[in-house]
Parts: sequence; structure tokens; C-alpha cells
Amino acid sequence: MRKIWRSYVLRRILRAIFVIWVVATAVFFLVRLLPGNPVTSYINQQVTQYGATYADAQKSAAAYFSFDPGTPLAQQYFEYLWGLCRLDLGMSIGNRGMPVATLIAQYLPWTLFSVGIGIGIAIVIGLGLGMVMAYRRGGVIDHSVTAIGSFLHAIPNYLLAIIIVVIGGAWLGLFDIASMRGTASPGVTFSTYGLAWVSDIFYHASLPILTYTLTTVGTWALVMKSSTTQILGEDYVTVARARGLSDLRIRTNYVGRNAILPLVAQIATTAGFVVGGAIFVEQTFKYDGIGTLLYKSLGSRDYTVLEGILLVLTATVVFANLIADLVYSVLDPRIRTGEGED
Amino acid sequence: MAQATVESAQLETSVGPSVRSVRGAGLLSQLTRSASGFAGLIIVVIIVAVSLVAPLVVTAPPSNVQLIWQAPSSAHLLGTNGSGQDILKLILRGGRTVIFVGFGAALLTTAIAVVVGSLAAYFRGRFDAIMLQITDIVMTIPQIVLLAVMGAFFELNSPFALAALIGVLSWPILMRSVRAQVLSLKEREFVEAARLLDLGTLRIVFVEIVPNMASFIMINFIIAITNAIYALVGMYVLGLAPMSGNNWGIMINDAWISGAMFNPNAMSYIFSPVAMIIILQLGLVMLSRSLEEILNPRLRDR
Repeated sequence: MRKIWRSYVLRRILRAIFVIWVVATAVFFLVRLLPGNPVTSYINQQVTQYGATYADAQKSAAAYFSFDPGTPLAQQYFEYLWGLCRLDLGMSIGNRGMPVATLIAQYLPWTLFSVGIGIGIAIVIGLGLGMVMAYRRGGVIDHSVTAIGSFLHAIPNYLLAIIIVVIGGAWLGLFDIASMRGTASPGVTFSTYGLAWVSDIFYHASLPILTYTLTTVGTWALVMKSSTTQILGEDYVTVARARGLSDLRIRTNYVGRNAILPLVAQIATTAGFVVGGAIFVEQTFKYDGIGTLLYKSLGSRDYTVLEGILLVLTATVVFANLIADLVYSVLDPRIRTGEGED
Repeated sequence: MAQATVESAQLETSVGPSVRSVRGAGLLSQLTRSASGFAGLIIVVIIVAVSLVAPLVVTAPPSNVQLIWQAPSSAHLLGTNGSGQDILKLILRGGRTVIFVGFGAALLTTAIAVVVGSLAAYFRGRFDAIMLQITDIVMTIPQIVLLAVMGAFFELNSPFALAALIGVLSWPILMRSVRAQVLSLKEREFVEAARLLDLGTLRIVFVEIVPNMASFIMINFIIAITNAIYALVGMYVLGLAPMSGNNWGIMINDAWISGAMFNPNAMSYIFSPVAMIIILQLGLVMLSRSLEEILNPRLRDR
């Protein structure tokens, strides 16, 4: 029993569940405590817009939010948690009769798709550039990548998106902004178009992907450069050289592997940050990801959807961190045996 | 834009003797030796000074229906916007809120992070565990999303409220780095000596330990400013923050909504504030990078 409890993997998974539970609880009380209670505003909306009587509106609100002021708070809370376990996030206020979970399932995959590919490209290019920079410190590549990387790092991703739309789209006419709206061309689905659909979704996602890649690639290059520089000074690299191992072997097995190791955890953090930044970017490109859904819900004060998004995005980041930590523990066994936090 | 952790993660490994040898005036004189750091400092100082002084000197440009969407000319160096207002004047007057909220939020973030982080590291035990758990949770919630939702729930009418909200939501990342620094600093002899002299906990933490991290805190303060400006301007551009008054973020939002991208005469209305924010962020990033190199000689080119 003690051995199981000590297991790093198990402890890590329990911690992830704990974090999700805390956020879910916070979201539950948010609805009830915040100003402009969504239930009250829903009732008012029913009365003013649809001409319902107050009692009817209240009854429908109770059904809608699974929020009957008569039931004790503890019971409401457990029903809410039980709902979450069945992936039931309640109903949307703005889109009548639409479950929040369904809405999120429609929008979230597009954000994960575009952000994932954007970060993936940025990491591959960034790590490569970073290693080259470290080997040729003070060279042309080092200086130019440092300058360009700092510049791109300084541009907020949504401003880069605006610049791309205004200069590339409206000014130079490099691409047709209007046809690139949304996540796929109207009527093009996988079942009827197959491979053409795949190229179509990449076409629609290309500008968001370009933005995510450009704004993060410089950072990766600079972080990788400093990590590699540090490894190059280690004794075991000198020993490997003295043993006459091939350059390629030293670069991949000795330097590359150890330089990338500390960056694995950062990938998850970056992912969380970019997913957050997607609200701004998707809105600019009219890309129908979770950011667009969030923006729409903010406009229509669709509280249940907002809370659902907050919960689902947090869960996404928690899982990303969990996977990064587990991968890290496989790559670096010291993590598993180390006790505690520091 | 990446998060503060990217930079601070590098710093954590570097708490060496250099931390104490480079402080205050010495730091500034080293900064003037690095070209990009000095350029960054100049950019930031000029933008901040102009933004603070301009609203006192430059009068608010009146709307003028006769002058809608004028191209840049000698009378209006950057042209006019859709209400016929002089864009140059708007730019000069529009930095104040952005800078105020950016600095205010960063100040709050840094203050909370330093106090909580150093106390948690010094006391360890239950307080430390609870604080770590809190940072763990707050760090996993995507900040921008939380900020947008909170901003929608509470109508933030004053810059103070905006600064407070951004500041309160972003301290956990920095708190972790401060904690790591104090954990290593508290093992040093001078802390032991102070403890033997029975100087009192608050004095040991805030007078003996924290000043040793002065330059580290300064760098992270600058990074916190860039993060706060990123969040703030993003809220303005999306129209999630109150649209009263004039500032660079509101100008971008206004230009975007009025379809400036398809009007060649409106280019300066959309690009002037975009350029100002990018230059300010670039100045801050250059400044923080150079300070980091001074602090961590390993990052310097040999």
C-alpha cells in the first residue's frame, strides 16, 4: 500500500484530479456569488423578450440551470459534480436547447489542432536554430536569430495577426482573407471530400498556425541556445570528445538530449499560454475555435458556456502538464525517485 | 509572447555570487555597456516620459466631420481618424492608461509574489504547502481566459480596477521563482548570523534576504509589465475592457471595427498604435534580456 502511495505517477495523477476538482468547485460558486447572476438575467430575459410570466420563467430557469433555489446547496453541488463526471456541463443560455458540452466539442478541437501544429512547428524549428546558435556563438545566424527572435517575442500575437491581415490580406492581396474565415469551406466535409477536406482545413488554419509559430519560435530558439550552451560546458561532453566519439553522436546523444530535457516541462506551460492567447488570434482571423466561442459567449453573457470553457480549458492544461510530467519522468528517472517538490 | 517562466527558469540556475555583486548603480553602468540593453532603456524612458507629460501639454483633438480619414499631411502628420481627430495627438495622449495599468499591475504582481514567495520559502511547512497548491491551481487556469471572464462579470470602469485584476491574477508564476531564490539564499551564513542575533522574522526576510534579489526582482518586474500590457491591450482590442477615453488599445479596436484595413488613408490609424505598443514591448524585452545577461554571465557570448 505504501509503495503504491509513493508512486510518482499515481501522486501526479491525483494532483491533477485535485486541481480540476478545485477549479470545478470555484466555477460552481462563481455562478451563485457573482454580480449579474445568470439565473436572474435569464428570468428577466424570458419575461421581457418572450413575454413569459415570472413564475413560468422561474420554473424554466430552474430546469435550465438545474438550479432550483429550493434544494439545499450541498445537494445542488453534488448533482453538479455528478453531471461533470458524465461530461454534462449544463445548457447554453444563448443557444436554446444546446448543451454546453456539445458546443465546446464543436469548437475546441479546432483550437487544439491549430495551436498544436503551430507550437509543433515552432518547437522543431526553434530547437534546431537554438542548437546551431549555441554551436556558432557570435556568428551571423546567432546574431540575426537573436535579433529577429527578440522582435517577434515582443509582438503580442494578436497584433501580429492584425498586421498579417492588414498587410498580407488587404494591402498586398497575398491571400484571400474572406475565403479563409471559419474552419472549413462551406459544405466541405470529410465524409464527402476526403483528402480535399484535409487540405481545406489546413488552408483555413494556415494564418492562425503562422501566427502561433512566428510568435513562439524565437523564444524556443533562445531558450534552446542557452540550454545547449550550458550543456556544452559540462565535463561529460569534454570526456566524450576526448574519447573520440563522432561529432554527430555527441551532438544528438550527449548534447541534444540533455539540452531538450529541461524544456519538456515548458512545452505544457507554453501550450496553456497559447491556448489562452487563441481568443485574440481566432477573433482576428474569424477562425471558429474555442476563442471565438468564448468571445461570442462574452458578448451574449452566456455564463454557462463561459464557465464550461473555463473548466474545459483548465482541464486541457492540466492534462498537458500531466503528460509533460510523465514524459519527463520517463526521460529523466531522477524525477521519480526524488521526494517532494524542490 | 511567452510566459515569464521562460526567462525566470534560466535565472533559477544562476543564483551565484554574481547576484550580490551586481546591484543598483553598478547594474545601470553595466547596462550602458550593452548596446541593446541601453537602447531598450532609452526607448522605454522616452515612451513613458512622453506618455506621462503629453496629456498635460497636448489638448484633446476635437472631432471634425470635414476632416474624416485624411491622409498624412503637414497639418496632420499622421492623418486623421474616422471622426476627424488628429491621430498624432491621439497617439501622444494614448499611452498613459496603457503604461499606468501595465506598471501598476506589474507592481502588484511583484509585491505579492515577493512577499508570499519569500515568506513561504522561509517558513516552509504548511503555509508553503498551501501556497504551492494555490499557485499550482492558478497557474493551470489560462490567465487570459480567466481575465476575460472576470472582466465580463465585474464591469471594470477604472484603470485601477483593471490593474488590480491583472495584478492579482498573475502573481503565482513569479512567486515560484522568488521562492526558489529564497530557498537557496536562506542557507547562507549571513542569514544564519541574523537568526542567531534574533533580529526577528520580518526583518530577516525583508531586510536581510530580499535585497539580495534586487536585480532578479527588477528583471521580473519588467517581464511582468510586458505580460500586463499584453493582457490589457488584448482586452481593449477585443473590446472586453471599457471603451471610454482614448488609448492605444481602444484606437486599434476602433480602427479594426471601422474597417480601417480596407481604407488606404486609415492605415496610419491602425498602425500607429500597433507600432507604439510593439516598440514599447520591444524596449522592455531588450531591457530585461540585457539585465539577465548581466546577471547570468553564462548567457553572455564568450
